[in-house]
Amino acid sequence: MGGQRAGKVKPTEHDYADWERRVDALSVLMGGKGVTVDERRRHIEALPPEAYDKMSYYERWIVALTQALIQRGIITTEELARKMTQVERRG
Amino acid sequence: MKAYPLGHVRTPYYIRGHSGVIERVCGSFPNPEELAQMRDGLPAQPLYRVRFMQKDVWPDYGGNPADVVEIEIYQHWLEKA
Repeated sequence: MGGQRAGKVKPTEHDYADWERRVDALSVLMGGKGVTVDERRRHIEALPPEAYDKMSYYERWIVALTQALIQRGIITTEELARKMTQVERRG
Repeated sequence: MKAYPLGHVRTPYYIRGHSGVIERVCGSFPNPEELAQMRDGLPAQPLYRVRFMQKDVWPDYGGNPADVVEIEIYQHWLEKA
């Protein structure tokens, strides 16, 4: 992804949702453990274009962090799926 | 600027293929392409601040013709103009 014309920039004020702040914090913490910004960006750039366009900024970040954790063998996809089911049930 | 490199290249697309001049040497830092692949990025690569003319970068640039855009680019992402 990248290099495509995006038209005019619309500057709008917005506040961050709590989950977005948490993703940011997680990103800083993982950075301290050696997950570089380049590693995260590689995962973001690997997103299929449709997914990239559909996701918000912090959705792309959390996907990148998750990919890094899976690729590094820190969590498994099975553990992730189990946790996501739990969170969905909790509502 | 190399126009279509492979790998995790951080050079913005809008500047690829354009010519600029070296404004300063920023030092040497681990190679982002290697860091992106979970390797150590060593040996460190020289990083340059490169100056481009805005009017050369944007076909319909309406600002001051003396305006510049400066971008920090690693040596191995540059080629001699």
